[in-house]
Amino acid sequence: MSESFWAPGATHAELAEAFNQNEARVNWHDETLWWVRQKRDRMARSVPEWELLRETASQIKEQVLSSLSEYLEQFEAQATLNGVQVHWATDADEHNRIVHGILKEHGVDRMVKSKSMLTEECHLNEYLKEQGIDVVDTDLGERIVQLAGEPPSHIVLPCIHWKKEEIGELFHQHLGTPKGNADPPFLTHAARLALRKEFLARRVAITGVNFAIAETGEFVVCTNEGNADMGAHLSDVHIACMGIEKLLPLREHLGVFLRLLTRSATGQPITTYSSHFRKPRPGQQMHIVLVDNGRSQQLSSDDFRGSLKCIRCAACMNTCPVYRRSGGHSYHTAIAGPIGSILAPNLDRKQYADLPFASTLCGSCSNVCPVKIDIHVQLYKWRQVLVKDGYVAVGKKLSIEAMNYTLSHPGLYRFGGKVGRWFMRTMPWLVNNRLNPWYKQRDMPTPTKQSFGEWYKANRP
Amino acid sequence: MKGGNLKVGLFVPCYVDQFYPQVAIATLQLLEKLGVEVVYPPTQTCCGQPMANSGFAHLTGGCNELVTRAFLGLDYIVCPSGSCTLHLKEHLHSDTLPSAADHIRGRIYELTEFLVDVLHVEKLDAYFPHKVGVHQSCHGQRGLHLSQMTELVAPVFSKPGKLLNMVEGLELVELDRTDECCGFGGTFCVAEEAVSVKMGKDRVADHLKHGATYITGADMSCLMHMEGILRRARSPVQVKHIAEILNQAR
Ligand code: SF4
Repeated sequence: MSESFWAPGATHAELAEAFNQNEARVNWHDETLWWVRQKRDRMARSVPEWELLRETASQIKEQVLSSLSEYLEQFEAQATLNGVQVHWATDADEHNRIVHGILKEHGVDRMVKSKSMLTEECHLNEYLKEQGIDVVDTDLGERIVQLAGEPPSHIVLPCIHWKKEEIGELFHQHLGTPKGNADPPFLTHAARLALRKEFLARRVAITGVNFAIAETGEFVVCTNEGNADMGAHLSDVHIACMGIEKLLPLREHLGVFLRLLTRSATGQPITTYSSHFRKPRPGQQMHIVLVDNGRSQQLSSDDFRGSLKCIRCAACMNTCPVYRRSGGHSYHTAIAGPIGSILAPNLDRKQYADLPFASTLCGSCSNVCPVKIDIHVQLYKWRQVLVKDGYVAVGKKLSIEAMNYTLSHPGLYRFGGKVGRWFMRTMPWLVNNRLNPWYKQRDMPTPTKQSFGEWYKANRP
Repeated sequence: MKGGNLKVGLFVPCYVDQFYPQVAIATLQLLEKLGVEVVYPPTQTCCGQPMANSGFAHLTGGCNELVTRAFLGLDYIVCPSGSCTLHLKEHLHSDTLPSAADHIRGRIYELTEFLVDVLHVEKLDAYFPHKVGVHQSCHGQRGLHLSQMTELVAPVFSKPGKLLNMVEGLELVELDRTDECCGFGGTFCVAEEAVSVKMGKDRVADHLKHGATYITGADMSCLMHMEGILRRARSPVQVKHIAEILNQAR
């Protein structure tokens, strides 16, 4: 669904414009996420050493990335000692085949999955569906978008773009709740009951991984609903899927990251459940799939390596003034928002060439990021890479070149100014007609008789 | 206040030169009032940011050379735009005069930070009896740290705020969102027209809601964008660059 959900070639600007057709909805989306950002601010301020925590987390992650292969080997050795089966996947496809292989081995055609952005990134649900396997997402928000046939629009709050009345209607259609009932506790309870049946009937559970500890071979899954635990505990086989960047060297480092993650994400002090998985219980199988999918390439780039520090808290999305007003789906990729815009071009430059431009470079994302990723700097750097590689429209290229030519020649610049504010002609956005996107909803600045340069010449001879 | 003996080069952003000459005039007069000797090198054009932020940094060699040559050997360079200042601070370089470019990068100041950090201005002879909302332009704020950012757990300060508080009669209005981006963003304002305008409308609405009759800031580009929105809505509220207010005598 994730790939086919978007019209081929649709850009962020087009999808954002469509989202903006309904201004009341944009306001609601913006205010809901701003409220989350404010909760995050209050939580951050309750920790006096907040900035030190961010710096510490950043340095731990830098350390991990600088010796990633050693930590991965240590983790694999420890996990194997613990009785866990470790698999390595180069890309999304291999990841999906590994998971499918495990399911086939157990003769299973239905399973439950708790939230995992990695499996979204790999489009696991679609792949398994094609193989005839029925996946039920057990995170409430993920279940909602799954029933609706949509990808999540937010990595922590997957159905943040859905209003409760719409969820009521969706549940009425799919779960048989009474029409017109949009009471959140009621709907949550209805979903719980329906999911409970699934939990009891499924023998395989997939979970994501928030942190994996090289020292001990354990991994930690953070949820608010306890659905990861429920799935893992009731199943005969637990498969945990993780990107190779999820490692922390030592268990004690969790003391830094667990304090940061949920405060940044939802403004809670900690998730309701921070579940540590170390070894399978007797009779159970536990698998870990370690996925690269472009991460090694990201690791090899000085400019973009830092994006691998991400702990997927979504604070950068909640604070992003563009994300709040364009909606997660406008990014046409599994991970939306500022972080998605620096991750996606690494996977496919052509398809995601628009994303680094879907930002004003305001820098708020970098300031909230708990691991201090310089997101806005990377957006700027991606722009340079994408232009050099030729992924920019010819018209834009020509107008920028023309503008640059004038600005590089003072004589021409002054001459142009004299004949009537050359901006009106040269700068692509300052043309006074209906076709000009500036003029559509904004008035033009009033042309002046004299530029400052001319005034200066006349007044300070 | 000790401007004496300082020789300062005035860098005027290209769109200010062309559309808002009064902002550059106010900057010049204000600095002169404070005893600074100001020169305006006529061969300057643009900092290069419109190209660089669009992904064409590799084309900005011409602008870089012009800036480097124009501002050779000055004590300070002052610019009434946080955004252009930040761009030059971070990206100015020159193949022919590398050390001159280094010097400029270390010596360029946005106007309000120059007034507060270099001239240590403690009082101003300015009068502006209006309710004013301050727009914190992102590059000045998050890039140059002209004021504290709400995302950080750190002491609050504001250089533009400090200066505006010296203006007689001026009343600063509080905003719901003190440092949200207005959505100008250079070419973003046309490439992402829908979101850009929505961001601008929301920013303007915050100022209106709190009764501002003027919106000011240290970057005319953001103000130009918000002015476009205000005028389209036929609002009587006006934008004014901070230099114009600080230079406004009774
Ligand atoms: S980039 Fe930073 S703020 Fe954004 S999701 Fe990742 S960790 Fe969170």
